[in-house]
Amino acid sequence: MKPLRYILDRLEPYFAKGNKLEKLYPVYEVIDTFFYTPGGTAEEPCHVRDAIDFKRMMSAVLVALIPCVVMAMYNTGLQANTAMAEMGISEVPGWRGMVLSWTGVGCDASNVWADLLHGALYFVPIYIVCMVVGILWEMLFAVVRNHEINEGFFVTGLLFPLTLPATIPLWQVAVGITFGVVLGKEVFGGTGRNFLNPALTARAFLFFAYPAQISGDAVWTAVDGFSGATALGVAAGGGMAAVTEQLSWLQAFVGTMQGSMGETSTAACLIGAVLLLLFGVASWRIMASMLIGAMALAGLFFAAGSTTNPMFTMPPHWHLVLGGFAFGLVFMATDPVSASMTNLGQYIYGGLIGAMVILVRVVNPAFPEGTMLAILFGNVFAPLIDYYVVRANIKRRALRHA
Amino acid sequence: MSKVKEALFDPIFKNNPIAVQVLGICSVLAVTSKLETTVTMCLAVIFVVTLSNLSISLIRNHIPSSIRMIVQMTIIASLVILVDQFLKAYAYEISKQLSVFVGLIITNCIIMGRAEAYAMKNGPWLSMLDGLGNGIGYSIVLLAVGFVRELLGSGKLLGYVVLPLTIDGGWYPANGLLLLSPSAFFLIGFFIWGLRTWKTELVEKEN
Repeated sequence: MKPLRYILDRLEPYFAKGNKLEKLYPVYEVIDTFFYTPGGTAEEPCHVRDAIDFKRMMSAVLVALIPCVVMAMYNTGLQANTAMAEMGISEVPGWRGMVLSWTGVGCDASNVWADLLHGALYFVPIYIVCMVVGILWEMLFAVVRNHEINEGFFVTGLLFPLTLPATIPLWQVAVGITFGVVLGKEVFGGTGRNFLNPALTARAFLFFAYPAQISGDAVWTAVDGFSGATALGVAAGGGMAAVTEQLSWLQAFVGTMQGSMGETSTAACLIGAVLLLLFGVASWRIMASMLIGAMALAGLFFAAGSTTNPMFTMPPHWHLVLGGFAFGLVFMATDPVSASMTNLGQYIYGGLIGAMVILVRVVNPAFPEGTMLAILFGNVFAPLIDYYVVRANIKRRALRHA
Repeated sequence: MSKVKEALFDPIFKNNPIAVQVLGICSVLAVTSKLETTVTMCLAVIFVVTLSNLSISLIRNHIPSSIRMIVQMTIIASLVILVDQFLKAYAYEISKQLSVFVGLIITNCIIMGRAEAYAMKNGPWLSMLDGLGNGIGYSIVLLAVGFVRELLGSGKLLGYVVLPLTIDGGWYPANGLLLLSPSAFFLIGFFIWGLRTWKTELVEKEN
């Protein structure tokens, strides 16, 4: 590591104030602090100290996301390989086929490594495009606006690919993350000032701009010509009977079904949730209240029943394992920047999102899945909720002393 | 002379009714998905706001202040009905597409705002120019938004194909978001961003 430090120290004068590359200082700074703990210390006597800083917090989320990433690659490959076997295709077209035949693992759905590799060939390009484009925008804004580049984007850049179907065109990934980073975050002043979750903003943009590549029946499995709806899509059409015909609850829990890459596995999200709570990064209040809000409304709908709407037949415990509910609950709704800050506010915020997810899923015929929209809705309301919680507290205390 | 210039040119960028005063947003969202309807709407608003400012300014000294709103409303409403009938007679197709939004020019805050804030206090010549300037300022934003929405949303300009769409065998995949009204919010946002970068005096001082 010493030569690296030497190079960085040699380069530093060029980026210092008044020198040629002064404008690019944020770029130098991010590389320096990525490898080494910053050497500067606070000079004023009083400042907040905490064992966990922004970088560690983001790293914790990345660690918690590992199970989801692994399951995303495995399940993408599994779905593709299974569909190929069903349709009698043995060759994967294009460069992916070349890589697969070069490594010699083949396309056997029962071989875990073959599934992982096949899935990785879809996930990794999306991830790379997302990171490269996103970091370019981050750097541009950091240089122009003269603020530091920070690690917030590493989380956004991993969350966003996980919310996409495997077949998404790469240019759409680039356009989507551009929208998410620029309009979801940077125009409001960068990380820490974004009132919406940037990854979900990016996905919402793609969802409304190019619905053909992110919803419907043809996009979820990475095999040309294969058609199959997500479990929620099936339920919206034919009720629970149609879902249980092809899927058991346990299967849905583990996540071997169709859907956006990272969202299918509730089990992986659960591991992530445990890690996040252990690290103390995510708010348990939001997780708990979102769970309760969703279960309460889903239970109500299930008990009420309906003769015309097949979604009413879905029992609450099925809502947990289908679609993006678990992923949104663990990783999206708990985003500390865009969520409510006050304790009471977090209960309200979580409950609102949970109920909204079920409301969109069950009652709105236009969208089979509502997690993304519900969380963005919650994000918009979070500052208002906080405002009233704080006001109520002030009022209560004022009355006490009146 | 400078007062004339101010009345006519200030509302175009420096005091733009949409981008600076943020008035009349509703019609920007509603009518801008196609350039054709956008242009019609712009002409209608320019006509109404210019003439309403002129007429209100002419009788401003005779309007009792307790009923001035009603009088202004009557004048504006008459002008809007005139436009509406004209469109129905000579451009029926466009009038159908614009549907209620022509009638809703009556409630456009820009027109009432100019009548109340300017025409009630200034002479007819200046008021007319102020109305014209505000109409043009409104139109510039509307045209910019309509241009982007039609071009990127359906690959056309004024109905002519510019970017051949993938569904018709071309190369350009239509951006469906731009056909939805909320996209106008983003575009107005971009417009305001650009305007404030260009004219830095519009940026409020930090407190």
